[in-house]
Amino acid sequence: MSDTWTTIIVLTFATAAIRAVGPVLVGARQLPDPVVRVITLLAPALLAALIAVGTFTDPDGDLVLDARAAGLAAAGGVLVWRQNAMLGAALAAALVAALVRAIT
Amino acid sequence: MRDGIKAGLPIAAASFVLAISFGVLAQPVMGTVAPIVMSAVVFAGSAQFAALAVLSAGGGAGAAILAGILLNARYIPMGVALAPSLRGGPVRRAAVGQTMIDASWAMSIREGGLFDPDYMIGATFPNYFTWVGGTAVGVFAGDLIGDPEALGLDALFPAFFLALLVTELGRSRRAVIAAALGAAIALAISPFTAPGVPVIAACFAALIALWPDRARVQEPA
Repeated sequence: MSDTWTTIIVLTFATAAIRAVGPVLVGARQLPDPVVRVITLLAPALLAALIAVGTFTDPDGDLVLDARAAGLAAAGGVLVWRQNAMLGAALAAALVAALVRAIT
Repeated sequence: MRDGIKAGLPIAAASFVLAISFGVLAQPVMGTVAPIVMSAVVFAGSAQFAALAVLSAGGGAGAAILAGILLNARYIPMGVALAPSLRGGPVRRAAVGQTMIDASWAMSIREGGLFDPDYMIGATFPNYFTWVGGTAVGVFAGDLIGDPEALGLDALFPAFFLALLVTELGRSRRAVIAAALGAAIALAISPFTAPGVPVIAACFAALIALWPDRARVQEPA
């Protein structure tokens, strides 16, 4: 079998298992309070890391400052103006990143 | 669930665009059918891009699978967080777990560490169709579309995540610290680790929740 199809088949089962493991093993039991507090902070930590990696690193993982940073700043500006303007922030980010790429 | 679907539409639109770029990049490496099948059965953007990057560079299936697993590993802590909010037996719980994607998981967070699973399912629902459909568009119409980066499309998802993060930061001062620490950890180790590892390592920033609360310590017993 080709590498492509092996990858697809194994990743299908691996991804399904990874997404199932928490819900199945932890079950419905109520978690202790300290665990709940850690979980509450998981979202900001995870989202900030996804933003940082998606904006400031290149495919090799090295740190870079490019048009994506300008796009993120534009999104931040829109969100300061209106906190719920999710789509506006995303469009501003794409537009500014494209503009910066066009002129550099 | 209907509210979730509505909330998921902008994310689905962005997924469509991202999926097109996945299709465009995957077609020369994987052929016409495989990328579409992959989007339909794996349904995990970052893992698919990572596996594709390995295969494009001439890497084997083992390395591609490992890269995909590393990028998906964050769903383990995310699933643990989700678990207490789910009802039903193991099969049903596992099925709901399949609808976890970053954006809808973050959108379905409610007070006290709980989640609204129906809202999450709704928010993911339109994403599935735009992700698979966008991949097909990218595979077949890649030549007409050109370079997704020239359109700034790679800046879309960080912007969405930023919008979701702003909501989280409003919950507590510790959320701000966890976010700053998470980003710092991810960037600090990114040059030295495989893709996916920085985001998993950033999860450890959430452990600052265990730091004693000064106000609480001073309270008389």
